[in-house]
Amino acid sequence: MPDKHLSTQFDSELTSVSSQVMEMGGLVESQIRGAIKALSHFSLEAAEEVAVAEARVNAMEIEIDRDLSSIIARRQPTARDLRLLIAISKTTANLERVGDEAAKIARMARSIIEAGAPRSLPTLELRYAGDLASGLLNKALDAFARLDVNAALSIMKEDDQIDKEFDSFVRILITYMMEDPRTISASLDLLFLAKAIERIGDHAKNIAEFIIYIVKGEDVRHSSMAQVEQAIQ
Amino acid sequence: MQNTDTSIARTKIAIEDLNFYYGKFKALKDINLDIPEGRVTAFIGPSGCGKSTLLRVLNRMFELYPEQRAEGQILLDGEDLLKSKDDVALLRAKVGMVFQKPTPFPMSIYDNVAFGVKLFENLSTSDMEERVEWALRKSALWTEVKDKLQQNGSSLSGGQQQRLCIARGIAIKPEVLLLDEPCSALDPISTAKVEELIVELKADYTVVIVTHNMQQAARCSDYTAYMYLGDLIEFGDTKQMFFKPQRKETEDYITGRFG
Repeated sequence: MPDKHLSTQFDSELTSVSSQVMEMGGLVESQIRGAIKALSHFSLEAAEEVAVAEARVNAMEIEIDRDLSSIIARRQPTARDLRLLIAISKTTANLERVGDEAAKIARMARSIIEAGAPRSLPTLELRYAGDLASGLLNKALDAFARLDVNAALSIMKEDDQIDKEFDSFVRILITYMMEDPRTISASLDLLFLAKAIERIGDHAKNIAEFIIYIVKGEDVRHSSMAQVEQAIQ
Repeated sequence: MQNTDTSIARTKIAIEDLNFYYGKFKALKDINLDIPEGRVTAFIGPSGCGKSTLLRVLNRMFELYPEQRAEGQILLDGEDLLKSKDDVALLRAKVGMVFQKPTPFPMSIYDNVAFGVKLFENLSTSDMEERVEWALRKSALWTEVKDKLQQNGSSLSGGQQQRLCIARGIAIKPEVLLLDEPCSALDPISTAKVEELIVELKADYTVVIVTHNMQQAARCSDYTAYMYLGDLIEFGDTKQMFFKPQRKETEDYITGRFG
């Protein structure tokens, strides 16, 4: 928010809640990195850290929602301020879901490690997709902080890329399972992992949509890319 | 959902190229605005923006002061009320006004409501009683005063007095009701009652309200006009104005960035 309110207290409340979102986002990003590390390095320690961070992420979601309710009740925000607060509420819900996906990945990594799964499984592709997804979330949070609609648009396009990665990963897994039925059980785990990563990309995309909502007042959920491009004109 | 209605309505008052002067000072600049019939239109803006001036021009209240003059046209059902040769009292019977501070006459509650009616209509006692009851019911005051109609109007609370003034305003069955900050002297409960009333009144009247309280405009109007320094900056659907105004000036004002 570049322009200041008459009430500096209101400004500082908005700044405070926005920086809480950024903090929560940073925490979730580190969860994803930890989950991918647990998977690619077969690290139980990294998996454990993700589980610990999850409790903090959940608590932050509740804190931020409480602050939002308080601001809405006391300030009766309108227009851009109102859109910002609604978007923050939805963004934190998405971040919390990303945290859940990261925790899910860490739990599966743990069960794969404990089951002594074959290391020939294509975790490299997963790691690549995981980096892509966490990078996308990072860009979404950065664009949110700067309220950059053009960056939001490119994030929405990049999510399509992750969806394509997911499809090709599924094809690779199918090949593995056909070649050696003993890998089916582990491959199914990997399939769920890939799905979790793909969901992270979707949440990043949702956050990008809220940026356009704040700045342009246009709700671009469930819109075609052409409609989104028109909305940000 | 907000109780607004912006389905197509015919224009009740068309303001065309209106300029208004207090002596040499130009208080309204080229105002063009169509006020829809059977809807609530709110004028908002900071002090000195011209919103009350505009409201007062609508029933020629300014004619009390010789140094004030209006140029342009204000068409009430197509007829320019600024050029009308009719008695200004007849205009005000059509376009009633309620002021910021409750202004009960120093007479009984009953007579407060009947007073205006007597000026324009010759009703039998029973018809008059019916009219007074109707107006008091319409203004949500009847149950509170029906047993004390002969008491002095000033014995009522501030909120009741304001509703009494609204009853007096609607008793003569105007077509347009102008409300100038009707709730600024009222507590939240009385305010809520008056706001309820405003929403109900639009079924029969065209209501125009000036308010400093933006939330009030957001709550009870269908259309909002934002004015600044004598200019009409933006006019539109209230829902749109408070969610995504078209002009940055409007957004700055309604979000409290004005300074």
